[in-house]
Amino acid sequence: MILTKAQYDEIAQCLVSVPPTRQSLRKLKQRFPSQSQATLLSIFSQEYQKHIKRTHAKHHTSEAIESYYQRYLNGVVKNGAAPVLLELANEVNYAPSLMARIILERFLQEREETPPSKSVINSMLRDPSQIPDGVLANQVYQCIVNDCCYGPLVDCIKHAIGHEHEVLLRDLLLEKNLSFLDEDQLRAKGYDKTPDFILQVPVAVEGHIIHWIESKASFGDECSHHAYLHDQFWSYWNRFGPGLVIYWYGFIQELDCNRERGILLKACFPTDIVTLCHSVA
Amino acid sequence: MPLCKKRQPSKSKGEKLIKRAPIFYLPLKQKNRGRRGPGPARERGGRVPGGPEEVVSGESLGWAGGRRPRGAGSPGSSSLGLSDPPNLSNLEEFPPVGSVPPGPAGTKPSRRINPTPVSEERSLSKPKTCFTSPPINCVPSAQPSALDTSPWGLGLPPGCRSLQEEREMLRKERSKQLQQSPTPAHPTPESGSPLPSRTGNLTAEPADPARVSSCQRLKLVALVYSSCIAENLVPNLFLELYFVLQLLTARRMVAAKDDDLEPSPGALDPLESPLFQSVHDCVFFAVEVLERQFQVLCYLDKGTLKLLAENERLLCFSPALQGRLRAAYEGSAAKVSLAMPPSAQAVSFQPETDNRANFSSDRAFHTFKKQRDVFYEVLREWEDRHEEPGWDFEKGLGSRIRAMMGQLSAACSHSHFVRLFQKQLLQMCQSPCGAGGTVLGEAPDVLSMLGADKLGRLRRLQERLVAPQSSGGPCPPPTFPGCQGFFRDFILSASSFQFNQHLMDSLSVKIRELNGLALPQHAPSDEDGESDVDWQGERRQFAVVLLSLRLLAKFLGFVAFLPYRGPEPPPTRELQDSILALRSQVPPVLDVLTLLRQGLGARRAVLTVPWLVEFLSFADHIVPLLDYYRRTFSLLRHLHRSLVLSEESGGEMCFLNKLLLLAVLGWLFQIPTVPEDLFFLEEGQLDALEVDTVASEHGLDSMPVVDQQLLYTCCPYIGELRKLLASWVSGSSGRSGGFVRKITPTTTTSLGAQPPQTTQGLQAQLAQAFFHNQPPSLRRTVEFVAERIGSNCVKYIKATLVADLVRQAESLLQEQLVTQGQEGGDPVQLLEILCSQLCPHGAQALAQGREFCQRKSPEAVRALLPEETPAAVLSSAESIAVGLAMEKACVWLSANITALIRREVKAALSRTLRAQGPEPAARGERRGCPRACEHQAPLPSHLISEIKDVLSLAVGPRDPEEGVCPEHLERLLSQLGQTLRCRQLLCPPAEQQLAKCSVELASLLVADQIPILGPPTPHRLDRGQARRLLHVLLALWKDDFQVPVPLQLLLRPRNVGLLADTRPREWDLLLFLLQELVERGLMGRTEIETCLGSLHEAQWPGDFSKELAALFNLFLAEPHVPEPQLRACELVQPNRGTVLAQS
Repeated sequence: MILTKAQYDEIAQCLVSVPPTRQSLRKLKQRFPSQSQATLLSIFSQEYQKHIKRTHAKHHTSEAIESYYQRYLNGVVKNGAAPVLLELANEVNYAPSLMARIILERFLQEREETPPSKSVINSMLRDPSQIPDGVLANQVYQCIVNDCCYGPLVDCIKHAIGHEHEVLLRDLLLEKNLSFLDEDQLRAKGYDKTPDFILQVPVAVEGHIIHWIESKASFGDECSHHAYLHDQFWSYWNRFGPGLVIYWYGFIQELDCNRERGILLKACFPTDIVTLCHSVA
Repeated sequence: MPLCKKRQPSKSKGEKLIKRAPIFYLPLKQKNRGRRGPGPARERGGRVPGGPEEVVSGESLGWAGGRRPRGAGSPGSSSLGLSDPPNLSNLEEFPPVGSVPPGPAGTKPSRRINPTPVSEERSLSKPKTCFTSPPINCVPSAQPSALDTSPWGLGLPPGCRSLQEEREMLRKERSKQLQQSPTPAHPTPESGSPLPSRTGNLTAEPADPARVSSCQRLKLVALVYSSCIAENLVPNLFLELYFVLQLLTARRMVAAKDDDLEPSPGALDPLESPLFQSVHDCVFFAVEVLERQFQVLCYLDKGTLKLLAENERLLCFSPALQGRLRAAYEGSAAKVSLAMPPSAQAVSFQPETDNRANFSSDRAFHTFKKQRDVFYEVLREWEDRHEEPGWDFEKGLGSRIRAMMGQLSAACSHSHFVRLFQKQLLQMCQSPCGAGGTVLGEAPDVLSMLGADKLGRLRRLQERLVAPQSSGGPCPPPTFPGCQGFFRDFILSASSFQFNQHLMDSLSVKIRELNGLALPQHAPSDEDGESDVDWQGERRQFAVVLLSLRLLAKFLGFVAFLPYRGPEPPPTRELQDSILALRSQVPPVLDVLTLLRQGLGARRAVLTVPWLVEFLSFADHIVPLLDYYRRTFSLLRHLHRSLVLSEESGGEMCFLNKLLLLAVLGWLFQIPTVPEDLFFLEEGQLDALEVDTVASEHGLDSMPVVDQQLLYTCCPYIGELRKLLASWVSGSSGRSGGFVRKITPTTTTSLGAQPPQTTQGLQAQLAQAFFHNQPPSLRRTVEFVAERIGSNCVKYIKATLVADLVRQAESLLQEQLVTQGQEGGDPVQLLEILCSQLCPHGAQALAQGREFCQRKSPEAVRALLPEETPAAVLSSAESIAVGLAMEKACVWLSANITALIRREVKAALSRTLRAQGPEPAARGERRGCPRACEHQAPLPSHLISEIKDVLSLAVGPRDPEEGVCPEHLERLLSQLGQTLRCRQLLCPPAEQQLAKCSVELASLLVADQIPILGPPTPHRLDRGQARRLLHVLLALWKDDFQVPVPLQLLLRPRNVGLLADTRPREWDLLLFLLQELVERGLMGRTEIETCLGSLHEAQWPGDFSKELAALFNLFLAEPHVPEPQLRACELVQPNRGTVLAQS
């Protein structure tokens, strides 16, 4: 699951302007049968997020919003049961869930005459049956269940994956008899930055001293890794010394270049762990 | 013997690379006089003995037979070549002291000479009185008036307006000198005068004792010279040694060029003939001096001794000395080696000092959190880039650092940041040269992975690779090597008043703390082998403390004098006086004079003076003139004079301790901003040491705390001696030869904790007296135990008494919440109520704390002291430890217990109130996995994802061949059951999502919207299968979900509306589901009725509304669905509907 930059680029190349749908994912799996599904999905998701970040602004100009809304209205007038919103999103190369949000916001604005609050929008997206227009509710729901990169369902899946891997890591640490403080304990003590686990007694992994372990249930690509380095890993290093990051879905090999400096990357729980020996005497 | 003083170009960052020549820098003759002098080294900022300036200023006063050189360096004097001294000024032959050898890719040397500005007026500088001149030299008073003795590199004296004028003056000067000099006659009228050369590419001329020109005279001079050195009449011992070794290793005499010669106006007095007429003379003299300095030599490091002992000239001129040196070498254990620098790490986060409670506001806390990260980001970037050509600290990092300062100022968090800064400074730079390139996180992996056998060799190799070639000559200016540069530049770029002030405060406190640290009180006893182990520890601790102090003092000096630093001293006496008047009002940043007096009084000079020297080395030009600092310098000078190495008055000061002090003081006296007057003029003016001499008999000074390693670490420039000798061996010229190893300390242990302040009074005195005759480790143990137990005591109280009170607070709060309803009232009020009830209990803390200390301290002391400790000693130690620990704990507790209880109760309160909040899933009891659970259930995330796929297939759009098989659905639901039963990986949000998805799935089943895979073609799910699946779902909702299942979704218009699309519409599954929900108690009847009722409000197609109304009626009428198949047609049959409606 550790890919070279070249391997990664090959996959990323296949993902240019591919809509984030079930079907796209299926094709991707067929194209790269040797890669694990989770890795592919993670890469897909990250590449798509990059695409959205790049193009986000142009979908949020008032002209764009107006034009999308009109197209939506025209579409549903013709056939309310057709996947109007989903097709619109795919056509303009934007995430269906985000398109649903744009249209919903516009719709509510027209109805209420005041811009709806973010929490109202979020709540309607989580539960479209709250949307006061039946057709729009269906359209929004369809966007959300068909979007594999954005939306409340996807967010929940990601959260769950993260949690699951933290729990699995905790079990592995317990199994190896390594005592640790977890995030909650650290927060209770008033730590300002909290990795998933701080080892109470450091260990050596592949010859590198490790004070903390961070679990990342995603693929470590350049973009996300650099963001994590800046926001988390270096901050941990700044406080607790060198540590280990586990990218459960793999990472780009070339990114594992800070070992000497105190940030070690792995794609699984390490096997080569050396612990401090207590003198028997 | 004149002391040459050099004007030097200043180096960037205000570090002056200006040094004085050794006292015995000799007559200097330009090989390439005039415009073709050795410019490059000068430009490199090195010391150029006898550089062009001498010619210009007339400073190159030869020392010919104890006489003033009389134009030895002047054009006329060399005409006969007679008085030509060794050309010490030739850069290639005598590498400039203090010059940095050019790197391998050395820049092309420029031959251009920068004319040295000279002045006719010397308003600020006193006549140059060299210490030996008046008694020995009988020199006419005609010291060239143009001598510029203003502190070096400090700009033009007044009256000097242009180079043109300077040149004019120069001409005048020359002619004046010519007139003064009784033009010596050269006995050998050859065309060139001999000059000693040290250039590597010249074959060394063999030196022959038989060919020494005037033995007697050289012997006498050597004797006088050596006495000066021995009596500390020279400012810098090692500079003189360096010079002597230069003479020893002169390669050959070279003839001066013809064109250098000018007519010699007369015959030369024998006394005025040059002292060194040949290499033989040079070597003879050098060996003579070395013989008398043997005592010092044999304390040099082993490498230097080896090189000396192996020097063939030395062997040739004095086999006896060579023998003694060899013996000294063989007996020496002073191997100075490069220890691995500790791999630098970040300062760790300590909740005690760093958590929210230590900040005034959330904002301050979060600001500091960010700034800590910015600081390390900046540090990492510096590490990565500072060696890149063209990278500039200020350009690269300046704005970020200033932004950071702005943030810190806004949040008033400078004190926190300064603590971080200072700790990081100590962590990274404790090693001598800032450990050169200590790299963050650099681990010595390769080395430690190899076997011990190869390890030594590899280490030596590494030493060679990482050791800089030179530390900057025998008298380098104060610099910030390695990582220290980062901190220096950081301070400069930050240019923040607040930061500097906090930094000075913090540095001063730490310096006082370390300076006052109780260090070993007793010399090692020789009989006891075990105490030697202790002694090693003591010595190591001393080294760590000393090095830390030096580092801190250096930065304190840097910051404190930063605002006053300028390239030049004030140009006029008036200006200087007014500045002095102003500055004398400013209190010193740290009372160094008192600390110095105390240090001398307590015989701790060996600890205090080295850091004081670091501090003073950053003084600006005015500082030494201020009365306060003048007294400090006087004291130091007096100390310097008193450190006569040959005197071994018992119990005075150890030899190496003295040597260290001589080296650092000698170095200080060479700092450009320190006027020479301080050394040469104030003789006799000093009152008897202004020191309380009532001090303890046994101070640090009389203990062998300094070893060669520490000496070389503190004074890496002593290593230049070895480099010089090595370059002789290697045949290369001094400027590129030899390895001068950078030395790092062997110690990496953290600083000892400060011993707690003991109470005054008799008990304290008794305790002190008790320790007096015990091994120092006993004292440390007791202090350590007391410190730790005292600290633990506080934590113990926190974990027991305070935790109990918090529990009480929580139950009180619960009662409060019950009586006052969910909200419980204003949190602030609540807190007050709770605290008023609980805080009085804090009084128990003292009693409990005392009990804890009494119980724990003796155990710890017993465990830490050696078995054979006498019982009485042990019990005394225990009781002192108990007392100290109690004192520490009680002082803290009585001051803080109320605040502590309050803080903890407040935290508990907000915890409890938050738990009352809108996160229902976080509350309530949740069942865990069943006892025998093997945690093999599918991942919740996987299940959500799978169900999502089914939902998206059902909602469409989908390809014609897409669908799910019924078995897949069944398997999915069974997996869902497993996952819900194994709670291990399930987090509340995931469970909530699963609940929601399962309800959606039910809606799709009810509406028959799930496309089932062929064969032969996709079709609808069999009704029976659907019913079975619904049964499974109902069971899951009933038994396995622990979060509320949003079943009302089933009756939302959108979900019910799914039925509208199916033709024919089949309502039986919905009715069945509703009945079952009621049956199983999952939904109340009224709840369903309300939902159904509100469905009418939505807009439906006409027929659908009718069917819906019928279903409503049906549900109201019947508890159970009679038929398995309830079709739309049946629902709307008027008769039956009416019947149902009426019934």
